[in-house]
Amino acid sequence: MDITDTKDTPTAIKPTPVQLGKPRGGPAQSTLRKDYWWVTPTITVGVLTAFVIYATWAGFQNGNYYYAPYISPFYSPCIASNCVYQQLPIIGTWWKLSPALLILVFPLGYRLTCYYYRKAYYRAFWWAPPACAVEDAHSKYSGETRWPLLLQNSHRWFFYMGLVLNFFLTIDAVRAFDFPSGWGMGLGSLVLSVNAILLWLYSFSCHACRHLCGGSVNKFSTAPLRYRVWKILTPLNQRHMLFAWVSLIFVALSDLYVRLVASGAIRDPRFF
Amino acid sequence: MTDTTSTPEHLTSPTLEESAATEQKPAKGPKMSHTDLPFVTHNFDVLVIGAGGAGLRAAIEAKLQGVSIALLSKSLLGKAHTVMAEGGIAASLGNVSDQDNWQVHFRDTMRGGKMLNNWKMAQLHAQEAPDRVLELEEWGALFDRTADGRILQRDFGGHRYARLAHVGDRTGLEMIRTLQQKAVSLGIEVFAETIVVKLLLDSNRAICGAVAYERSVGDFIVFTAKSILLATGGIGRSWQITSNSWESTGGGHALALWAGADMIDMECVQFHPTGMVWPPSVRGLLVTEGVRGDGGILKNSLGKRFMFDYIPPMFASETADSEEEADRWYTDHAKARRTPDLLPRDEVARAINTEVKSGRGSPHGGVFLDIASRRSPEYIKRRLPSMYHQFKELAGVDITKDPMEVGPTCHYMMGGVRVDADTAASSVPGLYAAGEVAGGMHGANRLGGNSLSDLVVFGRRAGLHAAEYAKSYQGDPKPDPGEIAKAIAECTKPLSKDHTAENAENPYKLQDDLRKTMQSLVGIIRTEHELTQALEEIEKLKERLDNIAVQGDKRYNPGWHLALDLRSMLAVCQCVTLGALNRKESRGGHTRDDYPTLDDELGKINFVIRQKGTELEITPEPKPQMPPELQKLFEEQH
Amino acid sequence: MNQNDRQPAETQDKNGPATGKVTLRIWRGDENGGEFKDYTLDAQEGEVVLDVVHRVQSEHAGDLSVRWNCKAGKCGSCSAEINGVPKLMCMTRMSDFSSGEPITITPMRTFPIIRDLVTDVSFNYEIAKKVPPFTPGPKEPDGTYRMAQRDIDRIQEFHKCIECFLCQNVCHVIRDHEENKANYAGPRFFVRFAALEMHPLNTNNSLGLLKEEMGIGYCNITKCCTEVCPEQIHITDNAIIPLKERVVTANYDPLAWLVTKIRRKTGRNTSST
Repeated sequence: MDITDTKDTPTAIKPTPVQLGKPRGGPAQSTLRKDYWWVTPTITVGVLTAFVIYATWAGFQNGNYYYAPYISPFYSPCIASNCVYQQLPIIGTWWKLSPALLILVFPLGYRLTCYYYRKAYYRAFWWAPPACAVEDAHSKYSGETRWPLLLQNSHRWFFYMGLVLNFFLTIDAVRAFDFPSGWGMGLGSLVLSVNAILLWLYSFSCHACRHLCGGSVNKFSTAPLRYRVWKILTPLNQRHMLFAWVSLIFVALSDLYVRLVASGAIRDPRFF
Repeated sequence: MTDTTSTPEHLTSPTLEESAATEQKPAKGPKMSHTDLPFVTHNFDVLVIGAGGAGLRAAIEAKLQGVSIALLSKSLLGKAHTVMAEGGIAASLGNVSDQDNWQVHFRDTMRGGKMLNNWKMAQLHAQEAPDRVLELEEWGALFDRTADGRILQRDFGGHRYARLAHVGDRTGLEMIRTLQQKAVSLGIEVFAETIVVKLLLDSNRAICGAVAYERSVGDFIVFTAKSILLATGGIGRSWQITSNSWESTGGGHALALWAGADMIDMECVQFHPTGMVWPPSVRGLLVTEGVRGDGGILKNSLGKRFMFDYIPPMFASETADSEEEADRWYTDHAKARRTPDLLPRDEVARAINTEVKSGRGSPHGGVFLDIASRRSPEYIKRRLPSMYHQFKELAGVDITKDPMEVGPTCHYMMGGVRVDADTAASSVPGLYAAGEVAGGMHGANRLGGNSLSDLVVFGRRAGLHAAEYAKSYQGDPKPDPGEIAKAIAECTKPLSKDHTAENAENPYKLQDDLRKTMQSLVGIIRTEHELTQALEEIEKLKERLDNIAVQGDKRYNPGWHLALDLRSMLAVCQCVTLGALNRKESRGGHTRDDYPTLDDELGKINFVIRQKGTELEITPEPKPQMPPELQKLFEEQH
Repeated sequence: MNQNDRQPAETQDKNGPATGKVTLRIWRGDENGGEFKDYTLDAQEGEVVLDVVHRVQSEHAGDLSVRWNCKAGKCGSCSAEINGVPKLMCMTRMSDFSSGEPITITPMRTFPIIRDLVTDVSFNYEIAKKVPPFTPGPKEPDGTYRMAQRDIDRIQEFHKCIECFLCQNVCHVIRDHEENKANYAGPRFFVRFAALEMHPLNTNNSLGLLKEEMGIGYCNITKCCTEVCPEQIHITDNAIIPLKERVVTANYDPLAWLVTKIRRKTGRNTSST
């Protein structure tokens, strides 16, 4: 397959145009389902709303995000000069707001355009449809064919950005063992490590990743390496939903942990 | 194409003053009168009846010859019974065993059919099957692959070498989808859910058209056609325990019979050894021979591999006589002889029948088919995904852990329309037949995998020759309006009767009674006494058919559809029983308790059934002689 | 509803037959409207919904319209909605339902009604005519094609489709928005296109067709097609999303465009996007 060569093969026959508006069968009810189909969308609304509220609040705090050697994943990489922890100060002192706002847009975009989260919020928030065989809440529907939902096609760019962020968060996780007193391990070191691992799993299980690494190949036998990578990614991809939820919740918990330690609310237990 | 939806002059709608008005009495609901039923007429060169593997392949071939063609499908397109074929398509590609060639395939087919086959058909079939398989691949079929990227082939009953090209255990689905998509891409006109009720003949007793009805609306359609190709499949619906769907009512067999065609080998009905036996609702559902091909074995309630006790002399030299040798064969075909679990289907079905009758059956009246103890769960799920799914969903049995319970089920009709081997032409000018509706190819017993190859080999030949016949046809086919009117009147009779009347027959009840009769009297083991009784029962059922009355109107009315199908079912069952009564020997699928052995003299003849007036006439006729060079294949030591 | 949620059948079977009465609440009607009719029958051992519907036919309503063929989950004819969930009647066991409550059976909602449980699914057959035929490249010198099993594993999953059209039926793009039928092919055909696009031998390219005429952009990957598929094809993850990604590569990804350009210049074989 070759993208510069997108001429379509003409079809042999003319189909009859679809006749619209013919009467349908069954009763005029939005659904006949008797099971608890509304449970999943309700949970989705609950968890996502809680996360957004917490993340917004935490992102605007502009404080308690660093307690050596731990940095909150919401604030890393810290690219503003007003950071308490000088990591990569490429934004000048003119930036007065929380440095989290500069980077949170990337994970936000990544997750907003994610194929799994799309399913989750189209169902739970947009009700298009709320559940299978339950009526769509909208009278018109154009899907992702128009602006702004056409932007969903940018998912792979956010995937690339996600990899960059994962790289920094991995460095943070390693540094989380580098205490002012020398190498050691606290609960925070574990929290940030697990957080980094979960984010990598989320990225590696991403549909765009699976496509780019091997899915785009048509004849696997001619690309053995990409086939092997694709074979490894496929079972991860099947668990993308799991990684999406676990990594989302854990990244918030990681921020909360650093925040509690930094504010002195709790003490970080040191193992050695 | 000269397709018209207006009625041409020579086919004006009949006025039916003479219609059976006396039989109509005012019904409670709004009943229609015959004059409500005008029909549209379509004119085609070739009409293909049946859209399974044979019909689709024939339609493709005819279309490629440049004639105008219509494809009639009893169901929706792509739902035909071909989708139920599981194991594979037999063709001596030699990808797994390079010793395989058409001669060996031919020999296996003839011996499997107990030499009753039309040798020329068996030869053409064996020679052309590989090309047809490769052609399917070229049209998009995705067969499982060998390590070097060629089409993988699996072992199957009666085939000397691994010969069945397959796609897991859903080969029929792959084949029908491939052919369906090819047909659609060629722009073949399809009439879905359209059923032919009568073939129309001109004054020379040659084909000139057909009368059909559309299931969805219940309207009649008249097709004029220069040639008609029957590809309507089997007859299994007339038995209680069957692997066949409701469609297999022998519609094409009956149409041909009524049109005056010669029918042969009608007594040869195959009972597949392994159908599901439990739960009752799925009794008869097919369990692919691929289970045994991939290592499954048959056991009785004592845990014994009983097939070793049932090896017939004909196959003794090439069948393992110990479990050790049989097990070794799976990995080493060269140094071990094949397992008796993979003997031809008639042998295995009879053996299972005997085991059950002798009290060594499984709890639900079958025997055990065990692959769980012999292959890993991963292997079973990869090789037999539909079987795994089928048992899990329908019987609650995990075949990777527990043995299946299986028993014989009515599966395939070897007999049918007598056709010319090369052209698939029947004895009626302009009438062609291919696939299960045609007789002769499989003799007295069909080998697994030979059905799918039969469909494409003879589907292609029939399509080609039906098109050529149409091209050389002089003038326009002109059906007799009186015949059309008569056919329509006959079909609407059940609708115009009062179904609440005292003597009204319920089609469902009638069908149940027919199926019970055939199951108990014309089943796997037959005797003169029972067959005679069956003929009497069928006569009684035919009388009851006259009184059939259905509820509702003509729109998608299954009761009415069944009432019409019953006519063919009864006609075909009568042929089967008559043939079975006359063949006083046991051969292949036809087993007579009162004549338990092969009779060499009867092996040289086909019983031919023709309809004369309202009576059936059966005559023994010598079957074609095999030429010496082919004869030699059976004399060589193997 | 998830396929995996089905309770294992053994429980019912080992306890013997379900006893008592069952009530089917079947929608009966045509293009002029209709209503539910209740049919109460004795339950029998090991039955599926289609068995009971057949008994309704033979004992109570000879003209009850229902489309079926193989009764083994292989032909995809008996699609309907059972308690509001799109399913094959032949693969839905009666023991899946708690006794007492009537089981509602309605025709597929997305397609025009013919009568009772039978719908006019010709929409799908018309879309099928728009799919470009498989066009393989040249053969090997021995006149055959070579493909490794690993080349076709992925598309063999797509070929499992039995065309029951439950995915088309459940897809809200056309289920709830009739007007989109003019511009949308539906999940069954995305599966079909995926099989063609990922075929190691196919030479034609349908990405433009998919984007412009088949309306792949209408799909908002809410995955109901995958949930109802009786063949358990991962329609969304394995067919639709990979196609969407290929459409992105062809239309919205300058980097992919550049890579292809460079590969061409350097003469590398481009077997991939």
